Amino acid sequence: MSRGCYLALCARPVQFEKANPVNCVFFDEANKQVFAVRSGGATGVVVKGLEDKNPISFRMEDKGEVKCIKFSLGNKILAVQRTSKSVDFLNFIPDSPQLEYTQECKTKNANILGFCWTSSTEIVFITDQGIEFYQVLPEKRSLKLVKNQNINVNWYMYCPESSVILLSTTVLGNVLQPFYFKGGTMSKLPKFEIELPAAPKSSKLSLSERDIAMATIYGQLYVLYLRHHSRTSNSSGAEVVLYHLPRESSCKKMHILKLNRTGKFALNVVDNLVVVHHQDTETSVIFDIKLKGEFDGTVTLHQLVLPARSIQPYQIPVAGPASVTNQSPVPCKLYSSSWIVFQPDIIISASEGYLWNLEVKLEPVVNLLPDKGKLMDFLLQRKECKMVILSVCSQMLSEPDRGTLAVIATVFDKLNHEYKKYLEAEQSYTMVVETGQSRGNPPLKRPIRTQAVIDQSDMYTHVLSVFTEKKEAPHKFTTAVLMEYIRSLNQFQIAVQHYLYELVIKTLVQHNLFYMLHQFLQYHVLSDSKPLACLLLSLESIYPPAHQLSLDMLKRLSTANDEIVEVLLSKHQVLAALRFIRGVGGHDSISARKFLDAAKQAADNMLFYTIFRFFEQRNQRLRGNPNFTPGEHCEEHVTFFKQIFGEQALMKPTAF
Amino acid sequence: MAAAAGAGQEKQLAPALLSFFIYNPKLGPREGEEEKKILFYHPNEVEKNEKIRNVGLCEAIVQFTRTFSPSKPAKSLHTQKNRQFFNEPEENFWMVMVVRNPVIEKYHKDGKPVIEYQEEELLDKVYSSVLQQCYSMYKLFNGTFLKAIEDGGVRVLKDRLEKFFHRYLQTLHLQSCDLLDVFCGISFFPLDKMTYLKIQSFINRMEESLNIVKYTAFLYNDQLIWSGLEQDDMRILYKYLTTSLFPRHIEPELAGRDSPIRAEMPGNLQHYGRFLTGPLNLNDPEAKCRFPKIFVNTDGTYEELHLIVYKAMSAAVCFMIDASMQPTLDFCRKLDSIVGPQLTVLASDICEQYNINKRISGSEKEPQFKFIYFNHMNLAEKSTIHMRKTPSVSLTSVHPDLMKILGDINSDFTRVDEDEEIIVKAMSDYWVVGKKSDQRELYVILNQKNANLIEVNGKDFFIFAIC
Repeated sequence: MSRGCYLALCARPVQFEKANPVNCVFFDEANKQVFAVRSGGATGVVVKGLEDKNPISFRMEDKGEVKCIKFSLGNKILAVQRTSKSVDFLNFIPDSPQLEYTQECKTKNANILGFCWTSSTEIVFITDQGIEFYQVLPEKRSLKLVKNQNINVNWYMYCPESSVILLSTTVLGNVLQPFYFKGGTMSKLPKFEIELPAAPKSSKLSLSERDIAMATIYGQLYVLYLRHHSRTSNSSGAEVVLYHLPRESSCKKMHILKLNRTGKFALNVVDNLVVVHHQDTETSVIFDIKLKGEFDGTVTLHQLVLPARSIQPYQIPVAGPASVTNQSPVPCKLYSSSWIVFQPDIIISASEGYLWNLEVKLEPVVNLLPDKGKLMDFLLQRKECKMVILSVCSQMLSEPDRGTLAVIATVFDKLNHEYKKYLEAEQSYTMVVETGQSRGNPPLKRPIRTQAVIDQSDMYTHVLSVFTEKKEAPHKFTTAVLMEYIRSLNQFQIAVQHYLYELVIKTLVQHNLFYMLHQFLQYHVLSDSKPLACLLLSLESIYPPAHQLSLDMLKRLSTANDEIVEVLLSKHQVLAALRFIRGVGGHDSISARKFLDAAKQAADNMLFYTIFRFFEQRNQRLRGNPNFTPGEHCEEHVTFFKQIFGEQALMKPTAF
Repeated sequence: MAAAAGAGQEKQLAPALLSFFIYNPKLGPREGEEEKKILFYHPNEVEKNEKIRNVGLCEAIVQFTRTFSPSKPAKSLHTQKNRQFFNEPEENFWMVMVVRNPVIEKYHKDGKPVIEYQEEELLDKVYSSVLQQCYSMYKLFNGTFLKAIEDGGVRVLKDRLEKFFHRYLQTLHLQSCDLLDVFCGISFFPLDKMTYLKIQSFINRMEESLNIVKYTAFLYNDQLIWSGLEQDDMRILYKYLTTSLFPRHIEPELAGRDSPIRAEMPGNLQHYGRFLTGPLNLNDPEAKCRFPKIFVNTDGTYEELHLIVYKAMSAAVCFMIDASMQPTLDFCRKLDSIVGPQLTVLASDICEQYNINKRISGSEKEPQFKFIYFNHMNLAEKSTIHMRKTPSVSLTSVHPDLMKILGDINSDFTRVDEDEEIIVKAMSDYWVVGKKSDQRELYVILNQKNANLIEVNGKDFFIFAIC
C-alpha cells in the first residue's frame, strides 16, 4: 500500500479480448457484462460478467456492424442493434424458437439511439423522437408495444439499480426527463432543469452526457452533474452538483462537491462515496455527502474528505501459466485515456481488455484523516468498517498516537450512537413481532446489523482487554478510558455488560486502588449483579470492606437471599444470617441443620443455645411440637445440646 | 439533668480547654533536662516548673498504666475538675489535652457561690477523637513530627508546632463537640449514576490537560463526590475544607447567577470559577501563586503536595500537585481557562439533576425522626440532627442530653464486635434507638407520645440504603 492510496482496482478483474478492428467490445450496465464481438458475431461472441465464472460464448450470423448488444435480465433474450431503425432479438431460453426476430421502432423517421432491458422480457427503445416500451414475447418471436411517449431526445442515460431512464431534451439539452419502470409499467417523473454554468451564447447542445451520471447514494437516487469551471463565474474550479431524484416528488438540488481544480474528470460511486477521477493529475478524490458540510439554506457544500491520491498501482498479471512465461508483471497505466468509466464503480480499459471494480481501502484513510471524530463519521458509513474502526480504537489508546480523553470520548460516543440505533431498531422489531402488530401493516423487516454496529463484546475483545493487558499506559489513563466507555454506554442508555465491570475491577485491584473501586460502587457506577457481588466477595481477603459491599449488593438485588445467608454463615455470623432471613420472611423454610452446623462450628455455646432454641420454637409454631423431625437430620445437634445444657433444657411440648 | 431551671440563681459553664501540650520523653531523659522534653505547651504563660510537673505527671500515669496493659496504656484520666486525654500519635511523641469539666455555679441562700463540677458529662471518645484530629490536622499541613526533626531538628519541630497550634487551638470548640467528632466522617453528595460519570469524565480530562495534577477531589455543596486521595487523607482534608476553608469564603455563588454581587467579582464573564487558595486576581501580574502545602500517605510514599482549591458555584475541585512543581501564574491562568467554563456547566448540571432527584424522591419533606448514620467502611456520615457546620459551632437541633445518650450508646457499641441494638427511653417522650450492623451505626431519635418499647422496636428504618 503506497503513500496512502485509498482507491484500488479489484484484484480479480474481468479479462476480455481487447478491442481491435475485428473485435468490438460492448458493456452492458444492467447485467455488468462485457461483450466481445468478433467479426460481427460470425467468429464468436464472448460474454463475461463480474459474477459469472463461466463466460457465455456463441456465434451469430454477421448481419452488419453491431451498434449495441445486451442480454435481458437473467440472460434470457439477446438484443442486438445493427441499424438505426430496428433491433434484432434472439432467444436464449431452452426449448424456445431459436430464430432471430426483429422489431422496428414505431415512430416514423425516428432513429434508435439505443435500448435498455428493464426486466427479463421488457425493453425500452430510446429514439431521437421519444421512447417506446415493449413487452417481448419470446415464444411468439414478437414484441408488443406497451407504451410510448413522443419527446425530442438528445441523449439518454439508464440507471439499472433504480430502473430510471433519463432523457436529455430541449435544444440546450439541459432539461432532463426521467422515466421510471416497474412491474410492466412506465411512469413519467417530473422533469427538471440542470443549471448550466453560464448562459450559452448560441442555441446548441450545452449539456453533454459525459457530464451526467446517475447513482444510488445512501439508498437515494441522485443525478450527478459535473459542472466545469467557467471563466465567467467566480468558482475556483469545477464542481459536482448532486440532484436528488425521489420517486414521489420533484428533483431537488442538494449537494455541491467542490473539486478545486479544472480539467477532465470522471465519476464513480463506491460504497456511497462519490469518487472523482482527475485525468490531468492522475489522481482521484472522494466525497461523502453524509459528512457535515457547509449548508447555505438550500444546498450543502462539501470539501474534499481526504487529500487527492492516485489509485493504487496495479500490476497486470501476465497471461499464461507462470512457469511458462516467468515474466514479471507489467505495471498498468492508470488514468489512461482509453479508460471508460461506468456507474457505479466500473472502470474498463478496452485497449487492454480489463474490467475492474473500483474499491475503497479504509486502512490508508486512517492516517490521512487526523481528526478522529471525522474519521469515525467517515468509517461508520463504510461497508467493511469494523476491523478498521477497532484498529483505530486500539491505536488511539496506545503510544505513539495516543489520543486525548476528549477525543476518545468523542469516538466512543459515535460508536455507541450507532450501536444504540441498532439496539433500538432490534427492540422495536421484537416488540412488533411479539405483539403481532405487524398484521395488516406491511411486514416489518428485521433490522440489518451492519459492520458499523460495534458492540461491547467487540470493544472488549479487540480493544479494551488487549489495552488493559498491555499495561503500557499509566493506570490512571487505563481507568479513565474504561470509565469513559462506561459513561458513553450509560449516556446512550445501553446496559453495560458484566465483563466490562470485571475489567474495571481487575485494573483497580491490580494497582491497589480499592478506595476508587469503593467510590464507584458507592455511586452504583458498577451496576449490581450476582456475578459482580461474587467477584467482590472474592476480594475480601485483600480488601475487607468488599465484604460489606458485596452483601449490600446482594441485598439490593433482592433475588439473592440464599446467597446472603450462605455468605453470613460462612463467616459464622449465624445470628446475622438468621435475623436477615427472618427480616425477609424466609425463616420458616430454612434448613435448621445448616444453621445449627454453623453455630456449632462457631464454638460459642450461647450462640448454639440461641439458635437451637429458635428452631425449637419454630417447630412448636409450625407443628405444635418443639422436637425436630427425622427429616431435618438434627439428631447429632440434639445430642450435643443435651450434652452441654442437659436434658431438662430441651423445650417441653406444650400440653393441651 | 439540671437544665437552666432556676435561672438567675444558676450559671452553667461549658467545658473548656485548660491546657494542651506535646512532649517526647526521649528528648530529655536525664534529670534536670526535663524542659527539653516539652515540644509545645499551651498556655505558654504557664510557669516552667509547672509545665515540667504536668508533663512529668502524664508520663508517670502512662508508664504506670502500661504495667497493666502494655499495648493500650491509659487514654484519659478523670478527675473532679477536669479530664486529661493522652494520645501517642507517633512513637514517643505524646499529645495531652486537658479539658475542664462543665461547671454549674449555684448561689447559696447566703449569697456564696458554690461550684459544682459535672464529672460525668464529658465523653471520653468524643474528646479523644478531638485530640486525634488535632494531630491529623497538624500532619496534613506539616507532615509527621519525626519528619520535622529529620528536616531540621527539634528547633524546626517546635517552630512548626507553635505556628500551627497557636492558631488551631483557638478553633477548637470543645463545648460543641459530639458524636460526629468521633466519626469524623464524610458527607457524600447523593447523585445519579450519569451525572457521577460526567464528573468522573471531567476529572479525568482535567488531570490529563493539567498534567502535573497528581490527585483530584470533587465536592458539591460541601459534600464529597470523588476523592483521588486515600480515605484517611481525604477524611482530614474534608474536615479542613468543610469546617475551615469553605466557611471562610463568603459565597457570592449562593446569590445566584444574575445577582448584582456577581458584577463585583473579578475575573471574566464566561464562567464563575475562582481560586479559593492561590491567586485572587489572575489579571494582576503581581498575583501570588502560593498554595497551602499538604502531606499525604505519610506512612507510605510520604508525598508533599500543593493544594489548589478551585470553585464554581457550588462545585469545588481540589487539585493536588507535587510540591516539587511550583505552580506559576501561567499555570493558574491555564487552569482557570480550562476548568472554569467546564466546571461552571457541570455545576449547573449537578444542581439541575439534584433538584430533579429531590422532586422524585420527595426528600424535601421533613422525616418524622432525626438520625445520625455512620458507615465505618467508607466513612459516610449523615446527620439530620446537625444543621450546618460553621467554623465556630456545629448547631444541633436536639437537646444536649440526647446527644450525650447517643455518645453513650456509641461507647457501648465500641466495646463489642457483634451487631447490637440499644433502645433508650429518654425524658419527655423521647426514644433513642441505636443500631449497629456490621460496619454501620445508626442512631435515631423519636419523639412520639405514649409510644412503647414494642412500637419503637417495630419501626423499620429504611435508611441503610444511603451509602
